[in-house]
Amino acid sequence: MDTRIWGGIGIAALAVVPLLGLGNYHLHLLITVLIWGFVYTSWSIMGRFGMVSLGHGAFLGVGAYVATMLWNTMGLTPWVSIPVAMLVSMAMALLVGYPCFRFRIVGHYFALVTLALGEVVRLTIVGLRDQTGGSLGMTVTGVPEGTSFLALQFGDRATFFYVALLVWLGGLVIWRLVDRSMLRYALEASSEDEDAAASVGVNVTRAKLMILMISAAMTTLGGALYAQYQMYINPETVSGIAISLQIVFAVIAGGLFTQLGPTVGAVFTLLLAETLRVTFGHDIHGLDGTIYGLLLVLFIIYMPKGITGSIMAGLSKRRRPNPAAAPAE
Amino acid sequence: MLRVENLTKRFSGFVAVNRISFALEQGEILGLIGPNGSGKSTTFNMIAGLLKPSEGSIRLEGREIGGLAPIEICHSGIGRTFQIPRPFKQLTILDNVVTAAFYGQRGSVSRAKALDQAEEALTLVGLPTDPQAEVASLGAAGLKKLELARAIATQPRLLLADESLGGLDETEMNAAADMLNHIRREKNITIIWVEHIMGVLMRVVDRAIVLDHGEKIFEGLPREVARDPRVIEIYLGSEKITFDEARS
Ligand SMILES: Nc1ncnc2c1ncn2[C@@H]1O[C@H](COP(=O)(O)OP(=O)(O)OP(=O)(O)O)[C@@H](O)[C@H]1O
Ligand SMILES: [Mg+2]
Repeated sequence: MDTRIWGGIGIAALAVVPLLGLGNYHLHLLITVLIWGFVYTSWSIMGRFGMVSLGHGAFLGVGAYVATMLWNTMGLTPWVSIPVAMLVSMAMALLVGYPCFRFRIVGHYFALVTLALGEVVRLTIVGLRDQTGGSLGMTVTGVPEGTSFLALQFGDRATFFYVALLVWLGGLVIWRLVDRSMLRYALEASSEDEDAAASVGVNVTRAKLMILMISAAMTTLGGALYAQYQMYINPETVSGIAISLQIVFAVIAGGLFTQLGPTVGAVFTLLLAETLRVTFGHDIHGLDGTIYGLLLVLFIIYMPKGITGSIMAGLSKRRRPNPAAAPAE
Repeated sequence: MLRVENLTKRFSGFVAVNRISFALEQGEILGLIGPNGSGKSTTFNMIAGLLKPSEGSIRLEGREIGGLAPIEICHSGIGRTFQIPRPFKQLTILDNVVTAAFYGQRGSVSRAKALDQAEEALTLVGLPTDPQAEVASLGAAGLKKLELARAIATQPRLLLADESLGGLDETEMNAAADMLNHIRREKNITIIWVEHIMGVLMRVVDRAIVLDHGEKIFEGLPREVARDPRVIEIYLGSEKITFDEARS
């Protein structure tokens, strides 16, 4: 079946959701899935090439804090401050990425470098207490009328739903564009064998920098969007290790190599978090982190392709009753 | 077109390639022969930019290229294969070669052109151009062909083919020799072909160089190789050499 037709049907179905008279709670869950689905997609756009970042919280944090601070102190509209934040993140990505890629820091070592980056950003936010509110976090100054296009604030959840939907769709489009681009070839080649890639003329450093910067910019937008939606941010929820690991967990659970995998991951983590919250309440701090960690290990061992990858493998197996035996190594 | 002078590679004291010099004429096929560990791949890796020469110079059409990065070497018109195939397994066979055609040439190439050139290269080495065909479907011989197709797709003027695989039987050797000849005729490129043994390939090379322990011990016509006392000495007792075939 043509995926475009299904895509069209899916988008149309999503677009009428707010008209169904869902309660605020359900709309809130949907918006959350869209925002995080976008953030996870942003991570997977480079993660799928073996570039595992454990520090995407850095970009998320820059998005949330730069946009909020510029708005709160100078009244700069998010329409300007978000692009500014994206540029800041891309500069950061360049600064950290260039030496990494130039000197072939890959795999675990790359993950460690990014992990440090995430912590540096979190500690910076905490350290700049007077400007950022430190670990107490900060509130986005609301416009008196509640809704303002210029301030990207919408008192009405349904409107915000459409904003989040558009951004999420944009993420899927970028995923698809990258998937069909020659950049993907360069990155698949580089992730397999940097020497062989360079020997056929692939500029490995440049290819990796490009995808890192795209991913960083998108994640930054996600962070800013999250701030605009929640109207409150703190260093723990938008930067640092916990959120960075949650991104990795969600993408691996949902499926790293498919377009909708990260979004499925967002649904999965949200359901998990809500179940934990309803079951245990707010008392048991850190429990969710522990459970995420445990599940992550289980997923990596038993379902490395994630939920979507496994479902698709299952479907294609059913379509072809006698699947050709896996080619011998 | 290529002039190598006093090329030397030391690995922390161990001399893998020792002051070798040779020159290549446009359109020539040079056979580079030598037993295991004699420095053939190391020589290739220096020319291709994967290893920095410890000493010596490499000039391509008068321009010094020794020590340049692999991308620059590729863009200046030198293609290479790896002795042990290094395919991009996440990409299809066709896309492996499209990648080489798209990125491997100086100046930009349109995607459509890269696809054409990739199909041409695959056809030249005798691999299917089917866009679905996976690398995993290839056997050892197929992977070697893919290496060649990828190198050819970068439209090199000089091809470094490290084909010393061993274990090829007579028919496969003959096929390899024919392919080599075919490539030269079709693409009009200069080739250095690495082999362990002389065998059938001596039929198609114009000239041969024999390396032993990193030193050049012989250079001359293929029919002279097998008669050279030093060459006979290093291959003495080795069953790999087949003098009969080298004589023809
Ligand atoms: N990176 C390296 N570090 C140290 N020694 C090396 C390195 N690469 C090659 N050598 C050594 O240099 C010598 C020449 O190796 P090379 O791979 O060039 O031989 P070869 O002629 O290609 O052999 P074969 O026919 O087995 O492919 C060998 O003794 C090898 O062990
Ligand atoms: Mg070798």
